[in-house]
Amino acid sequence: MNEQFNISASPHIRAKDTTENIMLWVIIALLPTTLFGIWNFRDQNAWILVVVTVAAAVLTEYLYEKLMHKKVTIKDMSAAVTGLLLALNLPASAPWWMGVLGAVFAILIVKQLFGGLGQNFMNPALAARCFLLISFTGRMTSFTYDGVTGATPLATMRADGSIANVDTMKMFIGQIPGTIGETSVIAIMIGAIILLLKGIIDLRIPGSYLVTFVIFITIFGGHGFDWSFITAHLCGGGIMLGAWFMATDYVTSPITKKGQIIYGILLGILTGLFRLFGGSAEGVSYAIIIGNILVPLIEKVTLPKPFGKGGEK
Amino acid sequence: MGLLTFKGGIHPNDGKSLAKDKAIVEVLPEGDLVFPLSQHIGAPAAPIVKVGDQVLKGQKIAEAGGFVSAPVYSSVSGKVKAIAPYFTPTGGKVSSIIIENDGTYTEAERLNTRSLDLITKEEILNLISEAGIVGMGGAGFPTRVKLSPKEPEKIEYVIANCAECEPYITADYRRMLENPEELVEGMRVILKLFDNAKGIFAVEDNKPDCIAKLEQLTSGEPRMEVVRLMTKYPQGGERQLIYAVTKRAINSSMLPADVGCVVDNVETIIHIYDAVVNGRPCIDRVVTVSGDGIAEPGNFKVPLGINQQELIKAAGGLKGAPEKVISGGPMMGFAMFTLDVPVTKTSSSILCLTKDEVARYEPSACINCGRCIDACPSRLIPSRLADYAERHDEAAFEKEFGVECMECGSCSYVCPAKRQLKQAISSMRKTVLANRKKK
Repeated sequence: MNEQFNISASPHIRAKDTTENIMLWVIIALLPTTLFGIWNFRDQNAWILVVVTVAAAVLTEYLYEKLMHKKVTIKDMSAAVTGLLLALNLPASAPWWMGVLGAVFAILIVKQLFGGLGQNFMNPALAARCFLLISFTGRMTSFTYDGVTGATPLATMRADGSIANVDTMKMFIGQIPGTIGETSVIAIMIGAIILLLKGIIDLRIPGSYLVTFVIFITIFGGHGFDWSFITAHLCGGGIMLGAWFMATDYVTSPITKKGQIIYGILLGILTGLFRLFGGSAEGVSYAIIIGNILVPLIEKVTLPKPFGKGGEK
Repeated sequence: MGLLTFKGGIHPNDGKSLAKDKAIVEVLPEGDLVFPLSQHIGAPAAPIVKVGDQVLKGQKIAEAGGFVSAPVYSSVSGKVKAIAPYFTPTGGKVSSIIIENDGTYTEAERLNTRSLDLITKEEILNLISEAGIVGMGGAGFPTRVKLSPKEPEKIEYVIANCAECEPYITADYRRMLENPEELVEGMRVILKLFDNAKGIFAVEDNKPDCIAKLEQLTSGEPRMEVVRLMTKYPQGGERQLIYAVTKRAINSSMLPADVGCVVDNVETIIHIYDAVVNGRPCIDRVVTVSGDGIAEPGNFKVPLGINQQELIKAAGGLKGAPEKVISGGPMMGFAMFTLDVPVTKTSSSILCLTKDEVARYEPSACINCGRCIDACPSRLIPSRLADYAERHDEAAFEKEFGVECMECGSCSYVCPAKRQLKQAISSMRKTVLANRKKK
């Protein structure tokens, strides 16, 4: 036998997509809203919080894996995505150590202790946000914009019971108080379109989420089908960032197609419920976290039928 | 008319341009010829020659070993040198008859046949069985068995699988361009077996020249039709093909005949023609030799049993230093550690790739992206099945229909974490099926 060639099981070719470049595209898609947020809250040096939070997330993953003698996986960039998403969910006024604490909680407790990438049952960034929200309610809900500390448009709407005092155009562009990455609908949509075009996400989850939410607030919002009320709700708070970037997180959303639609509907209902009847003006984070927990159940009831057993349609 | 297809599947780089335009070239063997006794699904054939015997080209050297089996013929004249185990493309050693070629190609008497107008169904089936024809697309299922369903009058479609959806391979494509008459005549022979059936040539739309040629040849044939399939892998998978053409779906426990279909690929149908009309047994085939590790990719008509190294030589030799050589297509073919193996009835191609894409990636954790679900033509959840396989959870594997996997490899292809999904699933599947048999 003169030559010896590599052997392995078929198939012998692979598509170009890798976990790494999917994560990279998510980061690229988050750049418009990140850069807008950094500019929008430049007076509060938002960039420092973003950089520190991302660095803390990556460093936590690195140190944990080193200490546990595991393969270091920071190159897959999932830790960076988590850090960035967490930073975008913090008010620019939050101190740097809150970013660090949140990042450690997200990576260490929510992700690594459950087995690392792919094993966490909650979105790490959102779980960390909720953790900080409960622990530091004051700091997490105090938003300063243009030197003035005031209520977010959603909170204003809730207090007034009307949309008289909010400017939906400003909400669309993002010139409002809020967390670093949630204010600009247009910047978020640019990123969402990038992900849709790259085939990294599809419309099932965000589509069913937003449509259900609109239906819910139309019925229960007390304004009927009032387009400006609906627009204000869609442009306010974290629903856009949540629907396009957090609810679509692969790991914590259902893998079945039907399940994704059910999940989206569930998120729409929960978000509506929390916003209209809950204790605070915002409810996206809690809605997604609860949705995450129900994913195994949703997957169980939406197991697809195989081809030849009714699954060919 | 719209393109016919199925749901799922993938669009890999097809690599067909390497050998697509190379006409079929005949290659004669230089060294010994090796005829494995098991080149088909079913019982191995039993040798009927002894070491030292003189044999002729087209002489039977091994008898079918049962109903699901096939005889083996010598493709050259010469002397039986040995009957010994020899490596085959699938990796194992198989008892084989080794023949020293005398270079004269003296032909044995052909099989007894009669004109198509007179021949009976029984005679056709016997000729196909006697000629040693098996599914030459890669499966190697004895064709006689396939063409003998319980109720032949219930067969409505005889589908010629002209999809050739595996990347790189162009053997069927060249056959359709160069021997379309034989293909159509072969279909005519099969249609004689099924009185109520229509003959369908199902071709992927990346072969418009084949479609045009076949349409022209079948224009006056009321029982034949050419249909266009979407170019997609695995369009030529039996279940996917039947669904695309008839919208009838079969699962792993059904046969094509259960939905009134019979499927044969191009090379097989041409051999049916050759056996029934010309009385020639199965002793040659067309093989594509391609890949970026081959100097002059092309399509070659070779006697069965020829050493694959000779075929590489005919294709100008190796180029660069190939890391991987594959018998069959890159999606379902077998990686070989050596080229010192014979061409068998099921060798549709030899691929030499300078880069082993599989070795370049290290599998990482599943990120639940769902790409494998989109790709799976069997509508399974490959990532989950692979998890069950990795922890030997047979019950969960069966409950989520792991047995329905047809091992097309689409899941492994698309996986961004580069997990060996198909490998895990297929080994578990074998265990489950073996355990079922025991019960």
